[in-house]
Amino acid sequence: MKSNLQVFIKGIIDVSPFMIPVVPFGLIFGILAIDVGFSPLATMGMSLIIFGGASQIVLLQLFSGGASSLIIVSSVGAVNSRHLLYGAVISEHVSDLRLIWKIIISYFLIDQAFALSNEYFKKNQDRNKYFHLIGGGVTCWVIWQSSTFLGIILGEAIPEKLGLNFAVPLTFLALLVNDFRKVINVIVIIISGLVATLGYNLIPYKSYVIVAGLTGLCVAWILTNKIKKYE
Amino acid sequence: MSDWALIVSCGIITFLTRFSMIALLKKEMFNDRARQVLSYVPTAIFPAIIFPAIFLDDTGLIQIEDNPKILAAVIAMIIGIMTKNILATIFSGLASYWFLIFVV
Repeated sequence: MKSNLQVFIKGIIDVSPFMIPVVPFGLIFGILAIDVGFSPLATMGMSLIIFGGASQIVLLQLFSGGASSLIIVSSVGAVNSRHLLYGAVISEHVSDLRLIWKIIISYFLIDQAFALSNEYFKKNQDRNKYFHLIGGGVTCWVIWQSSTFLGIILGEAIPEKLGLNFAVPLTFLALLVNDFRKVINVIVIIISGLVATLGYNLIPYKSYVIVAGLTGLCVAWILTNKIKKYE
Repeated sequence: MSDWALIVSCGIITFLTRFSMIALLKKEMFNDRARQVLSYVPTAIFPAIIFPAIFLDDTGLIQIEDNPKILAAVIAMIIGIMTKNILATIFSGLASYWFLIFVV
């Protein structure tokens, strides 16, 4: 069995390539937050307390649009509701751990770390495999906090025209590269993507992510059911 | 609500989305079928973040014509399928995007 530190470092290594786009994303967040009128301390507080990039951007968008606190909090919850599914997937692997570890793991349960550690958990049955997720999560935490901090300092030095926002969908695209060769996965991707795009303005409180995700999951359930019958 | 009350409320709800399933679900609740369907979670969720970011403009309207992000994403996807390399996927997408908006 590998030591805790070795598994932790493996998590850092696995997640690292995905951290490059996090830098511009964090910068943009920091710049936007100051622009919208949050103090530097409150901006840092958002990254430290919420620690969820997409939802923090949604918070800023709604805040600048004058939305009520109730709308903002429920929208942040809706955008982050995808973590319910991540938690459901991960829970099986961490169910024997003490509560304090479950709390720590929950704080670090972010998209990239989830996707990579989920793969790692499938292949490894060691008791300390959860250090992989903590390694990935801590890496992203450090990058997210420091790039937020840099964004606060840099202000508007970075031109919006560069279109660095586009690095965000590209990161998620890169997390799916192994899916494009499998028929069921491609169908699920297209349906979820269409529901999210068409429902973006129709589905209330920015909950299009979870609505599209659950639709995709239903499709996966139906398709895998069909295949089972033919076997 | 003050800024800090708002931030803390958002933080609490975000933490609960991450923690609730980990705290509530037990190992015994999973069978092979549940595992199989849950293995599609990334496949089902990530496109919901990818597609709107590519196909919608800043105001949230669908933009198909004159949208360099579509071609750039397709190039990134092809590079991704061919190389299975994460950095190559991200950078080929960004490079094509910059080429399309600055050069073409």
